[in-house]
Amino acid sequence: MIEITPGRAYGFFTDTSVCIGCKACEVACKQWNLLDGNAPVFGDGYDNTGSLDAQNWRHVQFIDNVPDTATTIGNGKAWLMMSDVCKHCTHASCLEVCPTGSIIRTEFDTVYIQPDVCNGCRDCIAACPYGVIEMNKHTGVAQKCTLCYDRLQGGMEPACAKACPTQSIQFGPIDELRQKASQRVDALHSQGVPEARLYGADDSVYGGLNAFFLLMDEPEKYNLPNAANAVLPSRNNRLGYLASAVTAVLAMIGGLIALRRRREPRGDDSAS
Amino acid sequence: MTPLLDDAQHFVRDPDWTWYILGYFFFAGLSGGSYFLASFMRLFGKKVDEPAARLGYYVAFVALLPCPVLLTLDLGQPLRFYHMLFEFKWWSPMSLGAWALTVFGAMATVSFVEVLARDGKLGFMRWVARLLDGFLGKLWALVGALFGLFIAGYTGVLLSVSNQPVWSDTWALGGLFLASGLSGSAALMGWLVRFRHNAEPTAPAIGLSERWFQVLELALIAAFAFTLFQVGAFERAFGYPWVLLWVVVLVGLVGGLAFRSARPSPDGTLAAARVHTATLTLTLVLLGILALRAAVIFSAQS
Repeated sequence: MIEITPGRAYGFFTDTSVCIGCKACEVACKQWNLLDGNAPVFGDGYDNTGSLDAQNWRHVQFIDNVPDTATTIGNGKAWLMMSDVCKHCTHASCLEVCPTGSIIRTEFDTVYIQPDVCNGCRDCIAACPYGVIEMNKHTGVAQKCTLCYDRLQGGMEPACAKACPTQSIQFGPIDELRQKASQRVDALHSQGVPEARLYGADDSVYGGLNAFFLLMDEPEKYNLPNAANAVLPSRNNRLGYLASAVTAVLAMIGGLIALRRRREPRGDDSAS
Repeated sequence: MTPLLDDAQHFVRDPDWTWYILGYFFFAGLSGGSYFLASFMRLFGKKVDEPAARLGYYVAFVALLPCPVLLTLDLGQPLRFYHMLFEFKWWSPMSLGAWALTVFGAMATVSFVEVLARDGKLGFMRWVARLLDGFLGKLWALVGALFGLFIAGYTGVLLSVSNQPVWSDTWALGGLFLASGLSGSAALMGWLVRFRHNAEPTAPAIGLSERWFQVLELALIAAFAFTLFQVGAFERAFGYPWVLLWVVVLVGLVGGLAFRSARPSPDGTLAAARVHTATLTLTLVLLGILALRAAVIFSAQS
């Protein structure tokens, strides 16, 4: 049993190489957090949850990865499976833009939306690069994974990690999880799985993710932005305001000229 | 064809900002733009421009009225609207905008009361007009003009400061919304001055300004399209069906640029046909401004 101490950073290490798509994490999450869930989606795969949203704080992605060319026995990869979740970014886009102060960083270094402060402006939804947050239509506030904030406060690990039967979802102090993840990648590489890689374990993606992943393909395959595209909304402040300021100056110059030239004859008087 | 190396990746969810936000962006542009024009006339115009300036303050106030209502209705928890003022984050345009709208709302209301008093409609508030005579009035107009500019343009920056496709792929939206808000305000004021005879001497200046703002708007639409093209997002904002809205934008701009406002005859009357043409042009310009915002808001969330 992990001892959970406020002031220390905790998170998830999700090892997609051992995910079997059982969705026990989804069920445990819904049970603990009293989420009703949505009506199931029946498409052409095994994913009937659809996406992360206000009712699904864990979502097992089933990514069709059937290769275009024939492969040798034992090397086929029909599906990439990943239990997706809020990444609890160190530099969190949602927290950056939230105008009410509803989104906070907790004593466990996780990102939490205070439901009694959120007013449902949805700026965080436009900002989150992972499509994690959605507004709950019944409560009118934004919702996402809390990393079981209430369980952590009670010294318990999050429900999804507790329920995961394959240890694909591991919970613990971030520094320890990173060590484990590094060893796991080394082991996979030595076993002839060179495509295994970590996503969010270092600070290249949003300063490091408190819920990071071991992936079996490029991040884009899992609907995750690569390091070059993992950018914060505030990057556009400077140029956005600069363009406005230049426009304002040009508008003022035009206005001054217009006031000086007020006496010019107007076209319609002669033309029409 | 070589794929664009700088294609932006977006895995975001739509914030579902729709009609209320569209309405707010439209009225905020008109209110901020009108306040700026009115203050600009007071600061840099002549005495003869005062009636037009007062008209601008009236427009700014009336256009401001729906803004807080629309913003509040758009919230998931409308009764918590005041939570916007719990924090001040200069790097969050929504936070900055909430504070700016509060200050601008107060300033626009005071200016509205002041011009009502000066026009003799609110005699018991003459003290407000007296207070804003001289240096304090100039300072008030200057600060208010800056807030007006901010209110008209920050909505574009707010969209850009996100991770949404289209919105976050360009730097042009703040300037574009500002130029469009100013051109709409100038068009509206240019139309209204014909109904206020003593404001008529300012009509040529307003008409010239309007055309200048529309040229700026055209240039910024081109910049917007170019920045989207660079990251492979052009089709999303300008493809079907959004191209239809862009046609409305262009019709409004061309109409505004081509039409020259009609001056009343010496006895103060206007030919009905000219009023009808001017009204049609104003309608096209305002529809264009609405269509511009609709194309930007909805295409990114489609």
